[in-house]
Amino acid sequence: MTQLTRPALPRVPALRVLEYHLVGYRRTWRAGAFSSFLLPTLTVLGFGVGVGAYIDRGVGGVSYLEWIVGGLLASTALQVAVAESTWPVFGNLQWQKIYFGQRSSPLRVGDIVAGHLAFVLFRVLTSVIAFLLVTGVLGALRSPWAVLTVPVAALLALAVAAPTFAYAASVDSDSWLAMLFRFAVIPMTLFAGVFFPVESLPLGLRWLAYVTPLWHAVDLCRAAVLGVAPYWSVVGHLAYLAAWAAGGWLLARRVFARRLVV
Amino acid sequence: MAQPLIQARGLVKRFGDFTAVDGIDVEVCAGEAFGFLGPNGAGKSSTMRMVGCISPPSAGQLRILGMDPVRDGPAIRARLGVCPQLDNLDPELTVRENLTTYARYFGIPRRVARARAAELLDFVQLSERADSKVEPLSGGMKRRLTIARSLVNEPDIVLLDEPTTGLDPQARHLVWERLFRLKRQGVTLVLTTHYMDEAEQLCDRLVVMDGGRIVAEGSPRALIERHSTREVVELRFAADSQEAFAGKLTGLGERVEVLPDRILVYVPDGDAAVAEVAALGLHPTNVLVRRSSLEDVFLHLTGRTLVD
Repeated sequence: MTQLTRPALPRVPALRVLEYHLVGYRRTWRAGAFSSFLLPTLTVLGFGVGVGAYIDRGVGGVSYLEWIVGGLLASTALQVAVAESTWPVFGNLQWQKIYFGQRSSPLRVGDIVAGHLAFVLFRVLTSVIAFLLVTGVLGALRSPWAVLTVPVAALLALAVAAPTFAYAASVDSDSWLAMLFRFAVIPMTLFAGVFFPVESLPLGLRWLAYVTPLWHAVDLCRAAVLGVAPYWSVVGHLAYLAAWAAGGWLLARRVFARRLVV
Repeated sequence: MAQPLIQARGLVKRFGDFTAVDGIDVEVCAGEAFGFLGPNGAGKSSTMRMVGCISPPSAGQLRILGMDPVRDGPAIRARLGVCPQLDNLDPELTVRENLTTYARYFGIPRRVARARAAELLDFVQLSERADSKVEPLSGGMKRRLTIARSLVNEPDIVLLDEPTTGLDPQARHLVWERLFRLKRQGVTLVLTTHYMDEAEQLCDRLVVMDGGRIVAEGSPRALIERHSTREVVELRFAADSQEAFAGKLTGLGERVEVLPDRILVYVPDGDAAVAEVAALGLHPTNVLVRRSSLEDVFLHLTGRTLVD
């Protein structure tokens, strides 16, 4: 047998967990990459060009296509982040029990969570960059500031993926995961300013949009794509998203520890 | 005696009101093959999880490789190999990738991980399946892969929780043979099992657990000598109830046990006992003289009641 001089433990063990997830992704990335390009193309064409044809006045002085593209980018980030944090997390805990295998190695619970979160971040970033490429080629981006949507999408990804990790790790049946889409992701996508300005909602309902992490990312992304100032303060938006990410991280760590340290 | 690799004193594991492990003392030395035997719910797996540093003890002392499992978990786990009761391989990855990705958790460089994976696949006779996915593999192949994975870091101690449960006889024998080789290479093995033949084949020393406590300890041979007789005579009478004949056998051997379908007589000399039975004028339809096994000890110590 190859003699191992006992190797030093990895300096950032979470990176080894990320590496594991990437090895698995290598098998399916083609299908993933294809939909990464197809999805934005279809949504931009469908909503921006199709629906936009009926909105002659545009929104706030820009065409509907240009107005909607920032919001669509943020909602793409949301969709990918939640999808990658629901069934995959639940399956690793309940079906294949991958996390338990990792637990028997030198990895700590935090490494397991952080490594998987890093993979979700990777998936969101590649999807968002594909989205920018497609919309850029279609001429839907008005400002070079649009590149700032990438870090915003990353922050949104953590803001929603971390609490979703906690949720997916605490439920005991995967039907709860479908509920998350039905009662959180879809309403959020419909009412958090992606397709129409939140100001079109009655005053009493607007706060429903404002509390979602999505709206804060939508406002920032839209401002970046249009090259204008956001509706709300940039620092406020970032702080709110960071709070979701931090709270979600602590919660996920706690739930994972409860599941994995028995 | 050398410094023990595993040292437990009054080790306790509680889950709420339920005490799974109720104050056990265990020492395992380097190079030993040590077994935990016991019926379901005896506390074997809970003990294994504590030794594997993924489950903190509720009370008592535990030292693994001279370290504290709660404080030094990662450093201890770096030197353990764990083969869990249920395989937790990644079915989507190939056989080889399951080993290489796992090796990376231990800080093993990619090149070394690949070489190591090739050797281990050879060791568990899976080289030909190296590039196939795990999903379609048979239960025995998955088990062997899990064992290979537990060896990827050249562990000082390998923990095997019911390594052959659910395998067909061929697969079991292959696993035993591989574990025996590891033992010969000086790897310390700690295993749980409820197969007595497995324990007799592999373990130098074992403890029998029941209800969270250790009820006996020793080598398989010593346990048989201490808790059973040299031989057992199994008598079967042509009647619905064996009970009626049991009374006539009192005084024969050290112990007589009545089962629904047969009577067991624990004796030093089986043939002599059979002659005595004939002298009593009894004519069983079936007589079997056999050596005492660990199974006799086990059933004697933990009872015949079914544990679910």
